[in-house]
Amino acid sequence: MNYPSTTLWIIIAGLAFGSWLLRFSFLGLIGSKDLPEWLKRHLRYTVVSVLPGIIAPLVFLPKATGGVFDLPRFLAAAVTLGVGIWTRNVFVAVIAGGITLYSMLNISF
Amino acid sequence: MQSARHDFWKGFWGALPFCFIVGPYGMVFGVLAAESGLDVLTAIAFSVAVIAGAAQFTALSLMQDQAPTVIIIIVGLAVNLRMALYSATLAPHLGAAPFWTRALVAYSTLDHSFALADAKYQADPAMTLSQKLAFFFGATGFVGVIWIVGTGLGAWLGTRIPDWLALDFAMPIAFIALVAPALRTVPQVAAALTAAVLSLVLAAVPYGLGLIMAAFVALLLGGELERRKQTTL
Repeated sequence: MNYPSTTLWIIIAGLAFGSWLLRFSFLGLIGSKDLPEWLKRHLRYTVVSVLPGIIAPLVFLPKATGGVFDLPRFLAAAVTLGVGIWTRNVFVAVIAGGITLYSMLNISF
Repeated sequence: MQSARHDFWKGFWGALPFCFIVGPYGMVFGVLAAESGLDVLTAIAFSVAVIAGAAQFTALSLMQDQAPTVIIIIVGLAVNLRMALYSATLAPHLGAAPFWTRALVAYSTLDHSFALADAKYQADPAMTLSQKLAFFFGATGFVGVIWIVGTGLGAWLGTRIPDWLALDFAMPIAFIALVAPALRTVPQVAAALTAAVLSLVLAAVPYGLGLIMAAFVALLLGGELERRKQTTL
């Protein structure tokens, strides 16, 4: 790539300010005003709606295998999910998923 | 203030495992940035200023394709649209904080710190504003620093992370571990399944906009199911 340094800094500044503005948007505008209950009810589902949306394509269409379903990655994901639901512990779930991934990747099928 | 300090450390310890994932990811970004011709300081400035992994990787790959400046900024920001949703979700909890505190919360909103804070606030509604802020900054501060340090190290050393480490899958595992403990009720599970299926169906929609559509439908569904459950009881 070949961007003059001014252009590079415009890109960085634009992304920085825009990202901050997105993150500040509602926090800044709404401030201490109370949101209606129906809206707060929907917003309680943000985490369980956004994260699975990020995760699913990464699990089922992993870039590392050119978007082809990969059994070790799928099993690691399944174990992480199961252990996470069972223990309700983020750390334990990450460790269980990691162990599964590395042991599966090192087994030659 | 004693209890707020306690909450800060709770956030810190809760977020610590993510350092082991965010650090190597930062290094990958640093290496790619250096390979694309950015010097070490520019790469670090990129991570300090934008502090959003997915958007930074997207911008960098567009720059490698020599995309026009405006396109890079717009697409990078489209990838970050979910942050506006995070902002709305944090507003009922942190909206009463002073302007500059909110500005700092906004700057340091990351996926994992947002998810940890949201879970904590929902589980413990009695928290005061200062306790909530302390938890948030505890959960976000160190990981943010690790992202920046990782970027610098990657750009400086230029060492590629070997493929056998399967680092591509560290982030999915971390996100699954974050969301799994939150799956307790039927509406929560329904929202998660809907988002997962729709994001796969919409995977071909460019600029991460499929994710936003999937998430939006899922949170409408989750809230609606919760409301119906309440009215029928």
